[in-house]
Amino acid sequence: MTTTLVFVEHNDGTCRRAALECLGAAASLGGDVVAVLCGPGSADAAARAGAHGAAKAVVLAGGDAFSPDAVAKDIAAVAQDLGATAFLAAATSRGKDLAPRVAAHLDSVLFSDCTALSNEGGALHATRPWLAGKAIAHCTSDGPVFCATTRVNSFPVNETGGAAEVSERPASTDGKVKVTGLAAKESGKLDVAEAPVVVSGGRGLKDPETFAILDELAAAFGNAAVGASRAVVDAGWRPHSEQVGQTGKVVSPNLYIAVGISGAIQHVAGMKTSGTIVAINKDADAPIFKLADYGIVGDALEVVPALTEAIKAVKAQG
Amino acid sequence: MKIVACIKRVPTTDAQAKITPDGKGLDAAGFQYMTSFYDEIAVEQAIRTKEALGGDVTVLTVGPTEASKEVRECIAKGADGGVILTDATWTGRDARATAKVLAAQLAAMGAEVAFFGKVATDRDNGAVGPMTATYLGWACVTDVVELELGADGGTAKRETESGVETVAFSLPAVLTCDKGLNEPRYAGLKGIMAAKKKPLEEVAFEDVPNQAQVARLELPAARAEGRIVGQGADAVPALIDALRNEAKVL
Repeated sequence: MTTTLVFVEHNDGTCRRAALECLGAAASLGGDVVAVLCGPGSADAAARAGAHGAAKAVVLAGGDAFSPDAVAKDIAAVAQDLGATAFLAAATSRGKDLAPRVAAHLDSVLFSDCTALSNEGGALHATRPWLAGKAIAHCTSDGPVFCATTRVNSFPVNETGGAAEVSERPASTDGKVKVTGLAAKESGKLDVAEAPVVVSGGRGLKDPETFAILDELAAAFGNAAVGASRAVVDAGWRPHSEQVGQTGKVVSPNLYIAVGISGAIQHVAGMKTSGTIVAINKDADAPIFKLADYGIVGDALEVVPALTEAIKAVKAQG
Repeated sequence: MKIVACIKRVPTTDAQAKITPDGKGLDAAGFQYMTSFYDEIAVEQAIRTKEALGGDVTVLTVGPTEASKEVRECIAKGADGGVILTDATWTGRDARATAKVLAAQLAAMGAEVAFFGKVATDRDNGAVGPMTATYLGWACVTDVVELELGADGGTAKRETESGVETVAFSLPAVLTCDKGLNEPRYAGLKGIMAAKKKPLEEVAFEDVPNQAQVARLELPAARAEGRIVGQGADAVPALIDALRNEAKVL
C-alpha cells in the first residue's frame, strides 16, 4: 500500500500551482496522499490541499523564521510516523532546496525534476531528464522511501473537492539556517519556470533597449514571463534568473515563443518539452525552425510589435 | 579556514546523447569532459574565500583517475591541492551514495566550508550538496547568488520564484553556487605551472551501494514537424489563427 507525503508549498495560505500539480502526481501513484505544510496560512492551504486529493494534512505549527534544515527534519519525522512509502515536493526553489535534505534524513535517494511518475505493480517509477533532456531516464529506487520532485507545468491539477483531516505538530526551532528576508518581485511578475507562456529573446533583438519589446509582448499575454538566451545573459542584457537552457532554467510552458534565438543545443535543452513552440527569426536556416511548430521568418523588431497588437486584440475579445 | 570546492567531471554542454546497447546508459564514446559549469563558480568562490579570510582550498571530486585533468585545471586558478575519491563507476553513482562518500571525506579533512555547484549538468539532480550537508549535520544554503562570509557564519542571497531571499547560516556549511555569484577567473600560465607541483591525492573509499536503478534510458521523442507560416509582420494573422484553432493555446 502506497502512502505518499507531499510538501505543499504556499504563500500565506495560497497554494502554489506547482504544489497542486504535485498533489495530482501523488494521486496518480494510488494509495493515500498526505499533505505537510508550514508557515502562516497553513490551515487555509491545508483545506485547498484537501480539495486537491490530500486525505490528511499535517501542519508544522509554530517555529519562527523559515528554516529549511529544521523543516526538512520535521517533514522526515512526519514521513516516518506515517510509514510513508513516498515523499514528493514540487521542483520549485523551495522544493528543490528541501527535498534533498528530507531524502537524506530518510537515507533515501532523490529523483529531481521528474516529468512523469508511475506505479507499476507496486514499484514506483520516476521519469526524468538527463543532460537537460537530451536523454530521458526511467528509474526505480531500492531505498526505504521513494523521494522525488515534480517538474513545474508537467502534471495536471485535479480538483477532487475533498476535505483533509488536519492535524498539527510542533515545528522544530533548532535550525542552523534561517530565512531572514525576502525582496519580493514586482507583484504579478511571473517566474520563467512557472509561467504558462514564455517569450524568450536572443541576440536577434539587437540590443538591451530593443529587447524590451518582449516585455510588452509578455504584458499583452498577461500570463507570460520573459526568458533569455545564454548569449544575452552573458552580455549583461538580462538577469540570469531569466536564462533558459542547460546552464539556466529548464522550462515547459504551454506556449514558448523564441525570438531572435538561433537554437543552440544549450538553449534547446531548456525548452524543447514546451507544449507549442513558435520561432521568429530572420535567418530561415536557423536550427530553431526545426524544432518550432510555427515559424515566422522576419525581423523581430517588425514582427514582435505586430504580434503584440494582435495578442492584445485577442485578449480584448476575451 | 579549511575550504573545499566539490566538483564533478561532466560531458561538455555540446555533447550529443547516444544510448548504450543495453538501453540503460549513455554511450561515452566521443564525449569530451569539463568541470560542471556551476562547479567553476564554486571553485572561484572557494578561492575568493581564502583570499578574504585566509586558509587553504582543496578541490574534491568523486570520479575516475582521468578527472585529474579537471582537478588540476581548478587548482591552477589558485587552490592548494586536490583529492580524487577514485571511482571507476562514477557515472552511475547516485546522489545519495555520492553525498555519503563526500560527507565522510569532508569530515575526515576537517572542512569548515564546502562549496558545490547548484547542479551538475549531466544528471541535473541538484541533490548532492544539500544531502551531503544533511548527512554531516551542517548548515546548507542552496543556489547562492550573493555571499558574505565570516569566521563563524554568514548571510547569503538566493533567487526564488517570489524574489531574492536573504538567509543567515552558521559554519560549518555547504553552500551551493548559482550563476551571478561571481565571474570565474582563468588560470594564468604561472598558476598552471604551479598546479603541477601541488598535491593531488587519489583516495580509495568505502563503497556505498546505489539505491537508484536505471530501468531504461531513451532519447526524447522527436517533435512533430512544424511549418513556416509566413514572412515578416504580414504573417502574424496566420500565426494567431494557428495558435487559436490548431494548437488551441490562445
